[in-house]
Amino acid sequence: MAGYDYDVVILGGGPGGYVAGIRAGQLGLKAAVIERDKVGGVCVNEGCIPSKALIHQAELFRSIPSLKEIGLSVDTKGFDYKAVFDKSRKASDALMKGVQFLLKKNKAVTIPAEGTLSGRNEITLKDGKKITGKNIVIATGSRPRVIPGFEFDEERVLSSTGAIMLTKLPKKAIILGAGAIGVEFAHIFNAFGVEVHLVEMLDRILPIEDAEAVKVLARAFQKRGVQMYTGTKAVSVQKTAGGVSVVLEDKGGARKAVDADQILVVVGRTPNTDGIGLEKVGITTEKGFIPVGDFNQTKVSGIYAIGDVVNTPLLAHVAFKEAEIAIEHMAGKSPEPRIDPLSIPSATYCEPQVASFGLPEWKAVEQKLSFAKASFPYRGAGKSVALEQTEGFVKVIYEPKTKEILGVHIVGADATEIMHEMLLGRTAELLPEDIALMIHAHPTLSEAVGEAMRAVEGWAIHV
Amino acid sequence: MPEKILMMALSPTMDTGTLARWRKKEGDTVAVGDVLCEVETDKATMDYESTSEGTLLKIVVPAGGQAKVGDTIAILGKPGEDFSALLADARPAAAKAPAASATGAARAPTPVPAGASTAPMAHAHVPASGRVRSSPLARRIAAQKGIDLRSLQGSGPEGRIVKRDLDAAPVRAVSGVMAARQAGQAPAVPSYTPGPGDEVVPLSSMRRIIARRLSESMFSAPHYYLTVAVAMDELLATRTRLNAGREKKASINAFLLAIAGRALLRHPKVNSTWNGDSIIRHTTADIGLAVALPDGLITPVVRDCGRKGILAIDGDLAGLVERARAGKLLPAEYEGNTFTISTLGSAGIDEFTAVINPPGSAILAVGAIRKEPVVGDNDTIAIRQRMRVTLSCDHRVIDGAVGAAFLRELADMLENPMLALA
Repeated sequence: MAGYDYDVVILGGGPGGYVAGIRAGQLGLKAAVIERDKVGGVCVNEGCIPSKALIHQAELFRSIPSLKEIGLSVDTKGFDYKAVFDKSRKASDALMKGVQFLLKKNKAVTIPAEGTLSGRNEITLKDGKKITGKNIVIATGSRPRVIPGFEFDEERVLSSTGAIMLTKLPKKAIILGAGAIGVEFAHIFNAFGVEVHLVEMLDRILPIEDAEAVKVLARAFQKRGVQMYTGTKAVSVQKTAGGVSVVLEDKGGARKAVDADQILVVVGRTPNTDGIGLEKVGITTEKGFIPVGDFNQTKVSGIYAIGDVVNTPLLAHVAFKEAEIAIEHMAGKSPEPRIDPLSIPSATYCEPQVASFGLPEWKAVEQKLSFAKASFPYRGAGKSVALEQTEGFVKVIYEPKTKEILGVHIVGADATEIMHEMLLGRTAELLPEDIALMIHAHPTLSEAVGEAMRAVEGWAIHV
Repeated sequence: MPEKILMMALSPTMDTGTLARWRKKEGDTVAVGDVLCEVETDKATMDYESTSEGTLLKIVVPAGGQAKVGDTIAILGKPGEDFSALLADARPAAAKAPAASATGAARAPTPVPAGASTAPMAHAHVPASGRVRSSPLARRIAAQKGIDLRSLQGSGPEGRIVKRDLDAAPVRAVSGVMAARQAGQAPAVPSYTPGPGDEVVPLSSMRRIIARRLSESMFSAPHYYLTVAVAMDELLATRTRLNAGREKKASINAFLLAIAGRALLRHPKVNSTWNGDSIIRHTTADIGLAVALPDGLITPVVRDCGRKGILAIDGDLAGLVERARAGKLLPAEYEGNTFTISTLGSAGIDEFTAVINPPGSAILAVGAIRKEPVVGDNDTIAIRQRMRVTLSCDHRVIDGAVGAAFLRELADMLENPMLALA
C-alpha cells in the first residue's frame, strides 16, 4: 500500500460499493467507500427494499375481501397511504443503518462526499481533498432513464424514485414501461385501488421473461382490472389542469389519448458514468457502460467497475457478486472471473410472482438451441390449494442429451423464494434427477419444483 | 403388464454394450436373479441378471447386436400378452431411462426386492477407489463422450471437475478424438486410406479403452524410469522351501505382489494418486497385475497386498487371472489399483518400460530371470539368478529420489525376502 491512503477506494456506496467495502475489510484490505448520498444506494433507499414494503402492505390490503369471506367486516375508511409510505421508509432507514453498521464493523471507512476520478490511483472530493488508493472500484450505479418529451418533474411525470416517495396515491395512473419496475408499481397501485394503465412498447409485459409465465401474470392483471397496452408506445405527454394527457400509438399507428393524474415513466436505467472523471484515466464508455474484462477489471490496471455501470443485468445481486469478484481478485484470491449469465436470477414481486434464471423458451428458439422443456402446475402441489393460490407453474428448459438445466421459469405464489433450489442445481451442475430424487417436504410449494424436475425424467406424480 | 428390459451400465465407463449371448430364449420363464444374457462391456463380458420375473416375450437386441445404456433389449411379461405398444415406443422410452452409468456409480448397491419393477434402475456399481470429485453434469457428459474423469483436472470448488473442464478435454486428451467420432465429426487425427489387401479391424470396446486410458496416462503423466537388476537366488530358494510338499505351488507373481505391497506401505508417496489439485495417499496397497488377453489386456487387482500373506495373494490371483482370461471380471475386480506390476519375463524379455496405469502413479516392469555372471564384493565372479525390474513413475506424484528409495528397498527385499518381515 506504500504511498496510498487505502488499499482500495470505492466510488459509490450502493449494493456494489458497500459489499465491496465489507468484503475488502474481511480480507484485510484497508478500504474507503465514498458516497454522496446514503449508503445502500437505490436498492436500500429508493428501490428494492422500500418497494417490497409497499408490496407487502398492498398484499395485506388485497386480502381484505378474503377476510369478509370468513365473516369479518373491515372498515377501510381510515386507510391512509401515508402510513404505508412511512412503513416503507422505516424499512429503508433500518437497512441503511444496517449497512452503515456493517461497513464500520468491517473497518471500511465511509466518506460522505461526492468524488470523481482524478488519476489512476486517485479520487478528488468536491472540497478538493484527494484520496488515493492502490485500487479503485467504480460503483456509481444508475439513475432512471429519461426519454425526451417525458422529462421527470416528480409531480405529474414521475420516475421510479418519485413513485417510491409518493405520500398520496393518484386515482388514475399511466405506467410507461412494463419491465419489473413498471409491473411492480402496477401491482401496488392496483391493489390500493388506483386505476392503472400499463403501457409496453414490446409485445407483452415483462418482455424478457418467459412468454408462458408472463401469460399467467397478464391474465391475473386483467382479472383485477389493470389495463394493459402492449405493442404500444407513448408519443407525447401534456400536462393538464388535473394531471396529464398522454397520447398512445399502437403498432398500426392508431392513436388514442389517455388522461390520468400522473404518469410513471419506468423505461430502464442510465448508468452514472458521466461526470465521474473517466476521461482522466482514459476509460471510454460503450453505450454509457464501462467495458470490463475478467474479474471486472477495466482496461486501466488497478481500476475495477462493478454493478449498474457495467453492461450486465442491472440488479443488486449482480452488483453484490461483482463486488465480491473484484475485491477477491485484488486481494490475490481466485474467484470465478465472471458471472455465468444463465445463472443470474431475476425476481418480479407482483402477484403471482415471476422468478427465473437462464434461458426463456423464446430465447432458446431464437438462438436455435437444441432444448427440451418440462413443467408442473402449482395446482399439483397440495399446499397451493390450501393457500387458494393455485395459479402458476414451474417450468424448466434443459439440454436434451445431458439434461443440463438451461433455464427455469416460475410464476406463482412465492416463486421468488422457491426458485433457488433449481438455481443451486444449475450452479452446482446437478442434474434434474438429483433434485427429482430429493425428498421434498409435504405440503410445500417447493414440491412443484421437485415435480417439475421429476417431469423431466417422466416421473411426475401429482399431475 | 409386459415390461421392457433395459440395457444397464454394467461398468461405470460403459455406455454401450454388445449382447454376447442370450442365455434365455423367447418363451422361457425368467425368475429374479436368472442370467438373461451375457453382455460384453468395455472391459469384460458380464452376466446380466434379471431384476424382474415373467416370460421372455421378445428379444429386441439379438446376440451380436449393440445397445446403449437405457435401450430396450427385451420384453418380459405373461405369455400371450400384447407388447406391441412397448415395442413401438421402445426408443423414446429408452431415452427417458435414468442414465445409471453417470450417477449410479456413486450409489451403494441396493438389493432389489423380488418382483420389483426395473425402473428407475439404480444398479449396483462399485465405485473405483480414489473417487474423482466431479459434478453430476460432468459425470454425465464424461460418460456420454467417453472421457475418463480421472484424466482431468477439476477447476470447480475444491478441485471438482465441472462441465467446462470437459469442454477443454477434447483438446488435451486423446479422448477428444473419440468424442469427435461419437459426435459424428471428423476425427482430429489423420485417417488413412487402406491399401489393397489391407485389413481394416474395427476396434473392440477393450481396444478403445486401452487406447484411451494409456494415451491419457502417457500424455498427461510425465513418466521417468528407474531400472535395477536384482539377484533372485534367495527368493527362488525361499519359494522352493515354501512350496515343498504343497500341491498348489505359490507363484513368483505372488511373491512379487507381497513384497511390492510391503514396500509400498513403507513408501506411501509411491502408493498415491494424482488428483488434479491434490494427491491422494492410499492406506492399502492394491496392486494390479497386467494379464494378457487375446484382444488386449486387463489388470485384475489384488487388494491389500501389503498385509496379506503370500498364499492368500496367490489364491486371490489364481481366481482373478482365471476370470480375467474368461472375460468375467467384475469392475470391482479390476478398478482402483494403487500400483501395477507388468511381467514379460515369461515372454523372454529381459527388461522393458511400462505405461503407468492410473489411478496408480507407478508401474513395475518385470523382466525375465536369467543366470548371469555377477561381480561380487571382493571382485569374484559368481553366477546368480538375475532379474531386471524397471519402475515407471509419474513425476507429478513421485520425485526421482522418492522413486529411487522405494525401488532400492523393493530390490533389497527381493534379494533378501527376510527383509520384508523386518
